[in-house]
Amino acid sequence: MRRRPFDPRLLRRVPATRRQFAALGFLGVAAAVVVIAQATTLAALLAGAAGGRLDRAALAGFVAAVAARAGVVWAQGVVAARAAATVKAALRGELLTAVGQRGPQWVAGQRAGEIATLAGRGLDALDAYFTGYLPQLVLGVTVPVAVLGRMVLADWSSALIVAVTLPLIPIFGALLGWHTEAATKRQWRRLSMLGGHFLDMVSGLPTLRAFGREKAQVDVVRRMADEHRVATMRTLRIAFLSGMVLELVATLSVALVAVPIGLRLLAGGVALQTALLVLLLAPEAYLPLRAAGARFHASMEGLTALDAALSLSTVEAPRRTGVVPGPVREIRLESVTVEYERTVALRDVSLTIRAGERVAIIGPSGAGKSTLLGLLLGFVQPTAGRVLVDGVDLATLDLDAWRQRLAWVPQRAHLFAASLADNIRLGAPGASGEAVRMAVKAAALDEVVEALPDGLETVLGERGHGLSSGQRQRVALARAFVRDAPILLLDEPTARLDGGSEAAVLDATRRLVAGRTALMVAHRPALLAEADRVIRVTDGRVVSLAGTAA
Amino acid sequence: MTTVLRLARPYLGRLVGAGLLAAGTEIAGVALMATATWLLMTAAGQPPISALTVAIVSVRALAIGRGVLRYTERLTGHDAVLRILTDVRARVFATLATSRRAARSGDALSRVVSDVDSVQDLLLRVLVPGAAAAAVSVLAVGGAALVSPAAATALAVGLLVAGIGLPAAATALTRRTAERVAPLRGALANDAVDLTHGAADLAAYGATGAALDAARRRAGELARLERRLATAGWAVDGVGVLVSGATAGAVAAVALAAGVDGVLVGVLAVGTLAAVETCLALVAAARQLTELRAPLARVTSLLEPASPAPASSPVDISDITVRYRPDGPPALDGVGVELPPGRRLGVVGPSGAGKSTLLAALAEWGGSPREVGGLLAEAHVFHATVRENLLLGRPDGTDDDLAAACAVAGLLDWVREQPDGWDTVVGEDGGQLSGGQRQRLALARAVLLDPAVLLLDEPTEGLDPAAADAVLAGVLGAARGAVVLVTHRLRGLEGVDEVIVLDAGRVAARGTHAELVEAPGWYRDQWLAQEAAERGYLVARP
Repeated sequence: MRRRPFDPRLLRRVPATRRQFAALGFLGVAAAVVVIAQATTLAALLAGAAGGRLDRAALAGFVAAVAARAGVVWAQGVVAARAAATVKAALRGELLTAVGQRGPQWVAGQRAGEIATLAGRGLDALDAYFTGYLPQLVLGVTVPVAVLGRMVLADWSSALIVAVTLPLIPIFGALLGWHTEAATKRQWRRLSMLGGHFLDMVSGLPTLRAFGREKAQVDVVRRMADEHRVATMRTLRIAFLSGMVLELVATLSVALVAVPIGLRLLAGGVALQTALLVLLLAPEAYLPLRAAGARFHASMEGLTALDAALSLSTVEAPRRTGVVPGPVREIRLESVTVEYERTVALRDVSLTIRAGERVAIIGPSGAGKSTLLGLLLGFVQPTAGRVLVDGVDLATLDLDAWRQRLAWVPQRAHLFAASLADNIRLGAPGASGEAVRMAVKAAALDEVVEALPDGLETVLGERGHGLSSGQRQRVALARAFVRDAPILLLDEPTARLDGGSEAAVLDATRRLVAGRTALMVAHRPALLAEADRVIRVTDGRVVSLAGTAA
Repeated sequence: MTTVLRLARPYLGRLVGAGLLAAGTEIAGVALMATATWLLMTAAGQPPISALTVAIVSVRALAIGRGVLRYTERLTGHDAVLRILTDVRARVFATLATSRRAARSGDALSRVVSDVDSVQDLLLRVLVPGAAAAAVSVLAVGGAALVSPAAATALAVGLLVAGIGLPAAATALTRRTAERVAPLRGALANDAVDLTHGAADLAAYGATGAALDAARRRAGELARLERRLATAGWAVDGVGVLVSGATAGAVAAVALAAGVDGVLVGVLAVGTLAAVETCLALVAAARQLTELRAPLARVTSLLEPASPAPASSPVDISDITVRYRPDGPPALDGVGVELPPGRRLGVVGPSGAGKSTLLAALAEWGGSPREVGGLLAEAHVFHATVRENLLLGRPDGTDDDLAAACAVAGLLDWVREQPDGWDTVVGEDGGQLSGGQRQRLALARAVLLDPAVLLLDEPTEGLDPAAADAVLAGVLGAARGAVVLVTHRLRGLEGVDEVIVLDAGRVAARGTHAELVEAPGWYRDQWLAQEAAERGYLVARP
């Protein structure tokens, strides 16, 4: 994949970097000036030395030029690193904001993993691009121009040689890169299969062991790794050619400059100081372009991450201001159809839920039960039809205000890398310690809390690592208790519970739904007993069944 | 690191060759500038042209030689390293295969793969440049000493600072940066996971804004720290430039004071610049090495010969107790089974009850997969052909055997439809297959194994109910030995001889399906719930 060395969208999306890029440009010019100064003073120093005397002014100038160059190198690195930090922080903010704006439905599934990786470690790959590649790219413009300009003044025939050979670097670089890419692409399938083989075998070790084949595979691993080496070397022979040609262009140009000017010195046609200046300047002209080329590969990962981040546009969600005053009396679905990309989740569903009603939803998995809850949460928008809350279309309601009235216990609650107490008061950050403790007790979580090293203040690891799925389910129930919302949406709250705690959770759920409006996706007969009526969802259609307790 | 070097011993010749070529490349670079300078400064004295012929030829030869040397060096180096890598991979795999460190997660295993690749970076980006810089330094100082010992001393000091002092500083700074930045980066990665994977929970509870603010604050904090640390980190590179210039100036001044010929002073000064440049490459190498330390340590631990598995006491299947930690609670507590030939045993229970642990204990009891084995948890499908995947259990299986096993698992029609038949490549971890086909392939592999006791862990997961019933009936009918079936789906257990209900490592109930459905408890609840969900009507409440 070819990428442009600089993505102009960056300037628009992260305006704060404009000053840093301007500083990089300025430092690039400064670097070119000190390169010239260093070569000029060194040439003077050496010309003096040829006469057997130490030119103190030239030595002082040389040391000053070197010190200035050191300062420029340092400043370039610092500015580039700061630009990287600015861009990363800005893009991270934008990415995560986009997630917040577009809502959970958009981020669900594979995209969640991609964005999490990108916003987390993915963007750190930009460091190599900003500090390694970009400054060299700037130098690749300013230094050759300055060197050529100085050489034209000193000795135009040498300048001509450099001017002719210099473009060969990018031209050969592009040509060879293109050829190498084609050659690598031809080999790629084979290379990736051989290269992936080790990973495949290592990940499959438990299975190999289950079939008693693990020892027999050691030789296969060695053989495949060896084949991988042979195939890789075949590609490298071509790939390294480009490096060699670029190096040859640069070193031969030095020879092409040095030998004729040496012969002209012999004839007395040019001053020694000029000749030395030309010799010292010539390699400087090629250096940045080659350095940029060598680092381009390493910065590709960063450029790819940058492209991915810039391509995710943020959308400003239209502000919704509708509110339903007072307690909700009725939620009504009017011929609601929900279509996903490939499937229809709900077809022409009409349903009315009155305040205080407890409705159980049953049906095979994938029938649309969770979509029904998603509609009420505002995660899913109807493709056709409306959801009305006391006659007001849910699509016009301020979602945050609406969700204030809801508590949701999902199938797989996400636990955050925070303390258990903070996880429980997710929906009520101001809840008192007493309220949290009551919720813990109500959700039959008290034994779990006692077993934790720091009790409620125990910090959970990534994605709630450390709690079993049944325990996590109870944390989700505790969340709902603390939220103390009038409308409950429960998605199989007793699924995946171990036998010992199931009864406790069922009791907790009973207490939770008492006196509230509840929509419960349920399997267990015990929970169905709590429902005023039962509806069945099959293949996107809803059928009401006779009430069991009515 | 020494372990890696020990592994490199058979390829030491190639590795040393690569190091010498790298040194040659750098020396050619230093010599090119030095000779060119000599050429110009000598020419200025207008000697006869014959005095310059050698220098002119040398300049041209060195110019070409440098490129060619670099190319050869890179090829030789990569060849040696890839050979070493082949050995490392085989050794690491052998260690993983024989050790009892089986409890590694998939993540840990794939980390092993990237860790092994770090060996390549160690050799190519750290050791080879290091060797080249050392060779250049020795030659440069030696050459300078022939002209002027005083100048050679100045050069040696400069080279030491550039090649040892600055890399050491870079190492310390990189380590300090990593120590302070890494926890913040980790926390930010957690924030990103929470905001994306927890997006629904945050939205439902109106907490998105607060979480977003916290993450943005953290990103800002990280950026501030990175900015601050860059100031010190890049100072090393600035000082490097300063050292090369200062050394060149000092060498020139010292040589002149010592009365060295003017031409040689020029050669010394220009040569110094190029030699110090070579040593400065070690700053980058030092940074690389700091980052490689942890992965290299992990690889090294896998290169040591595997400690033999602790002799485990023979499993008595009439009373199985398993503890993962000596002082931990038992994962299985006194579970007893009987497995005469032809027996069909079902094992059910909530997740975490010990079902997969029971299968693992039975596999250990059997000793070899041909005795007790089959479809265990986390079955991996290899990126190979259907045939190769199937033959894992029985390498001598004929096409007829394959067809018979696939017929039982319901995969045969699909295989026949494929243009490549048995040689169809299934993709990375079976990526070219649907979830159902992948499951059937894993099941067919277990059927082909045909052990005395066939273990099946959720054999019909991912199949729709009708297909699941048909496949399960087929497998139970075809197996010649005993079968132990772990399942969450209770349909299909009507026909087994006995069902064990596990809960928290203990047998909560056991009996036939008919007996268990009659008695109140987990099994009956589960059965009613599953029937209700599948048939879509409610069975009378208990």
